[in-house]
Amino acid sequence: MKLLPDSLLELVRRTSVEIPDDVHRAIVDSLEREKKGTIAESAMKIIDQNIALAKNKSQPICQDTGSIIFYIDCPVGFDQPGFEETARQAVKFATGKGFLRQNSVDSITGKNDGTNLGPGSPALHFHQHRSPEVMVRLVLKGGGCENVGAQYSLPNEKLKASRDLDGCRKVILDAVLQAQGKGCGPGVLGICIGGDRAAGYELSKQQFLRKLDDHNANPELEKLERDIVATSNKLGIGPMGFGGRTTLLGAKIGVLNRLPASYFVSISYMCWAYRRQGVALGPDGEIQKWLY
Amino acid sequence: MTTLTTPVSEAATRALKVGDEVTITGTLFTGRDAVHKFLHDGGRLPPGVNLKGGILYHCGPVVIKDGQGNWKCVAAGPTTSIREEPYQAQVIRDLGLRGVIGKGGMGDRTMAACKEYGCAYLHAVGGAAQVLAECIKSVPNVYMMEEFGAPEAIWQFEVAGFPAIVTIDANGNSLHKEIFAASQAELAKYI
Ligand code: SF4
Repeated sequence: MKLLPDSLLELVRRTSVEIPDDVHRAIVDSLEREKKGTIAESAMKIIDQNIALAKNKSQPICQDTGSIIFYIDCPVGFDQPGFEETARQAVKFATGKGFLRQNSVDSITGKNDGTNLGPGSPALHFHQHRSPEVMVRLVLKGGGCENVGAQYSLPNEKLKASRDLDGCRKVILDAVLQAQGKGCGPGVLGICIGGDRAAGYELSKQQFLRKLDDHNANPELEKLERDIVATSNKLGIGPMGFGGRTTLLGAKIGVLNRLPASYFVSISYMCWAYRRQGVALGPDGEIQKWLY
Repeated sequence: MTTLTTPVSEAATRALKVGDEVTITGTLFTGRDAVHKFLHDGGRLPPGVNLKGGILYHCGPVVIKDGQGNWKCVAAGPTTSIREEPYQAQVIRDLGLRGVIGKGGMGDRTMAACKEYGCAYLHAVGGAAQVLAECIKSVPNVYMMEEFGAPEAIWQFEVAGFPAIVTIDANGNSLHKEIFAASQAELAKYI
């Protein structure tokens, strides 16, 4: 895997400076949908210009280059510690080159050593499968949108939300209402119904690996995903919370079993600067194919 | 579209209404968490940072030195403003600010200070680091770099055509409050 360092650096660079096609299409559609001459339209225009500038200049789309989260699908027997070491070097190098901001702070001392390496940074999630393929996906998730994530425990009396899909719908829409103006909308929701608190948030984030135009295999959840987006876009919150027609670009829902005593709905919010890429690697660690 | 040129007069600030698009030309100074706390605790701004009639920008920019040794700003989007809510009203009063740029809006105390002292909250498009950096024509100075580090230091930006939206005006209006109330009422129809 001698080409792995270069491949991972290129994966980090491209993730930070280019938005994936499916997200870009959704942004262009929403720009066209906004009423002409409104501040919502102006905001979407600036967002669209920003995407083009970042790509042309090979500079980060947003200065908050976020939490660095790798998802690796690999065969049985794959050298995970070796991969992790190479990924850490790639992150450090990409930070030196300015593709990532110096963004990782010691929670106790407040020190930032400028490398983006430390406990939890980068985060790596390995998943073994029976095929020989190695696929590496990367999500960069900013702090502003992370701060508006929410976890609800059902039933929720205040929102009159019971332990059913209608209750889930109510708390998800509440999260959209509360997030307005923060977290740089229009955004995308990653949602998990069920699980414990940790697994719920984890699966909610994994929803961001899905393409915006995919379909949920579960028809009921597919319906709920569409309903959440359509209803949110009727609320008039709009880009940046300025008012307007696009509040959400998408909503993706996953499910985990739960304990009889618990019913969590975990919601992660992704800003318009939705940075996600992935590569399939060849035997030498070279990039064979881009996944998005 | 209204053009604001620094220093901004009280009359020009009071004429702004929520929802107005503005472009700013002149001098901005950045200030975020460390600067606000420092001022709140009685700290004095270094000579050279003159914010009377000026505009403060909630921003932790990425600034590098170019080949000639000049500062160059490569990313300069706004940061979340609400963290400065405990300090902002006092800072508006003490420094005589006419504008604060940030994202996400601010609370009732800042809104009251905007009305009382004649200041407006100007919302930049969050995440638009590259578009906003293009509007920064030069970076003549940086202050308090030693004390606060690069993202928290006071950077002086000379800007032209810097775009923002008035979301809290000097007449007691907040677009954030209006949209929240309207969207909450709208949501009630669908649940
Ligand atoms: S929420 Fe997203 S777009 Fe906004 S500042 Fe954070 S990373 Fe950038």
